[in-house]
Amino acid sequence: MNENPFLGALEWLSDPARWTGPSGIPLRTAEHLGYTALGVLVAALIAVPVGLYVGHTGRFKGLAVGAAGVARALPTLGLVTLFALLVGIGLTAPLLSFVILAIPSLLAGAYSAVESADPATVDAARAQGMTEWQILTRVELPLGMPLLVGGVRGATVQVVATAMLAAYVGSGGLGRYIFQGLGSQDYPQMIAGSLLVIVLALVLDLALLLLQRATAPRGTAAA
Amino acid sequence: MIGFENVRKEYPGGTLAVEDFTLEIASREAVALVGTSGSGKTTLMRMINRMVDPTSGRVTIDGEDVAAMDPVRLRRSIGYVMQASGLLPHRTVLDNITTVPVLRGTAKGEARERARELMDTVGLDPELASRYPAQLSGGQQQRVGVARGLAADPNILLMDEPFGAVDPIVREELQSELQRLQRDLRKTIVFVTHDIDEAFRIGDCVVILRPGGRIAQVGTPQEILAGPADDFVASFVGADRGARTLHVERVDGRDVVVDADGRAAGVLAGAPAGGGNGSSGAGSRGTGSHRADGGHEGGRGQEPPR
Repeated sequence: MNENPFLGALEWLSDPARWTGPSGIPLRTAEHLGYTALGVLVAALIAVPVGLYVGHTGRFKGLAVGAAGVARALPTLGLVTLFALLVGIGLTAPLLSFVILAIPSLLAGAYSAVESADPATVDAARAQGMTEWQILTRVELPLGMPLLVGGVRGATVQVVATAMLAAYVGSGGLGRYIFQGLGSQDYPQMIAGSLLVIVLALVLDLALLLLQRATAPRGTAAA
Repeated sequence: MIGFENVRKEYPGGTLAVEDFTLEIASREAVALVGTSGSGKTTLMRMINRMVDPTSGRVTIDGEDVAAMDPVRLRRSIGYVMQASGLLPHRTVLDNITTVPVLRGTAKGEARERARELMDTVGLDPELASRYPAQLSGGQQQRVGVARGLAADPNILLMDEPFGAVDPIVREELQSELQRLQRDLRKTIVFVTHDIDEAFRIGDCVVILRPGGRIAQVGTPQEILAGPADDFVASFVGADRGARTLHVERVDGRDVVVDADGRAAGVLAGAPAGGGNGSSGAGSRGTGSHRADGGHEGGRGQEPPR
C-alpha cells in the first residue's frame, strides 16, 4: 500500500478489477444514482404539487416555509439510524431520509418558481380568460421553470452527496467503499469512494445547471 | 349595454373603493372613466369582466347580471387592454395576439391568420410577429395589447390606462389610432384614465369620478366643458385655471385661438362667420345633475362669441 493515501486512492481507482463485477464501480455508481433518483422523485411527487399550490394561491405559505425549515434542520444520519431502527435494515430507511432531505429544496423551488411571475402578467392572463390551471401551466410554470429546476438541482446534489448513507444500513451504492474502508481502516478505498461521490455530485450539478439554462423562457432574456 | 346598479365595493379591512355607483353605458359607445387614484375607476371597470365582484349591487351586460355568468367565459368574450401591455413575456407577438381565440378553441391557423390582419389594423409591421414583447418598444407593446384585446372580436373592450406608460408623442399617436379604430369597429369601449385630455379625446361620453366612485359629472366632453357641474369638475378639467378658456385673436388676417395665458392653441378653421366655438364656461356653476344638459347655464364664457 502506498504511503500517501491520496496516491493510494488513485491506484485503487486505476485497478481494472474495480471496474467490473457486482461490487465494481459502474454498478455501485448505478446503485447510487438509482437511490438518488428515487429519493428525489418521491420527494418531488410530494413537494412540487404542494409548492405549486402554495405559490399560486399564496395560501399556507408560512406553514410551508416552516415545514421546509424543520425538514432542513433534521440531521440525515440521525434520520437514517432512526428509520433503520423502526423499519429495519434495507433500502426503506435511507430512502425515507433522502425524501425528507430533498423536500425543502424542491418545495422552495416550486413555490418560488410560481411566485416569481410578475403579478401584472398573471393578472392580465386571468383577465384574458385563462383558468387558474391554465395560468399555472401556461404562464407561471414556463416563466419560473429555471427556479423549479434549480430546486431539483439543489435537492439532487444534496441527496447524491448523502446517498452513501444507504450503505451505512446495509444497502449498496458508492457508500459501500467508504464504510468498508472505514471498517478495515483502508483509507485509500475511503478516499476513492469519496472522490467518486464528489465527481458524481459535480457532474449532476453541471448537468442540471445546463438544464436550468435550457429551460429559461424564450423572450425574457435581453435579446 | 352595460349597467351598473347601486354598485358598492368594500375590501376586507374596511377600505371603501366604491360607495354607490349607478350608470348606464350605451352599446357601441366609448365611455371614459376619469378620476384621480382612489376614485375607484379601475375597480369599476374590472367589475364588468368579474375581475372584481361588487360587495353589493349589480353589474349587467344587455340586462343580464354578470354575477350569474361563468367568469372565465365572460372574460374570454370581453377584450381587455391594460397598462404596460400585460403581454406574456415568453410568447411571441403572434402567440400573444392569438391567446384568447386559442383559449376559445379557434384553430391555430385561423387564429394566426386573423392575428396577422389585426397587426395590420393596429399598425404593426408584420415582421414583428415572431418577436418577443421585450424586443418591442413601449408603443409597439401597447399596439400588440390592443390587437390582443380585439382578437376574439369582442363587443366590449375594457381599457385600463392603456397608454399611460408610453411617452406623450407615442401616446397621442395611439390615441388617434384608437379613435380611427373606433370609427370603424364601433365597440363598446370602457376606457379608464386619469388624464382628462385623453378622456375628452377618446370618450363619446366622459364620467368624472370623485374618490369612492362618486360621480361628479357625466356628459359629452362638450357638455362638461360648457357646463362643469361644480368646482371639483371645473378644477379637474382645468377650466378654473383658464386652460380651457380660449379666445380668438386676429393675426395676419387669420383667427388664432389663444388660451388665458396668451399662448397660441391653434388656428380657427373655416369661415370667420362661424358660431362661437372658441369660448367655454370657466368656473361657472353647472347644472349639478349627472346628465349635463348641454351647458345652457354654464356657457357664459368671459369672451363673447364672435
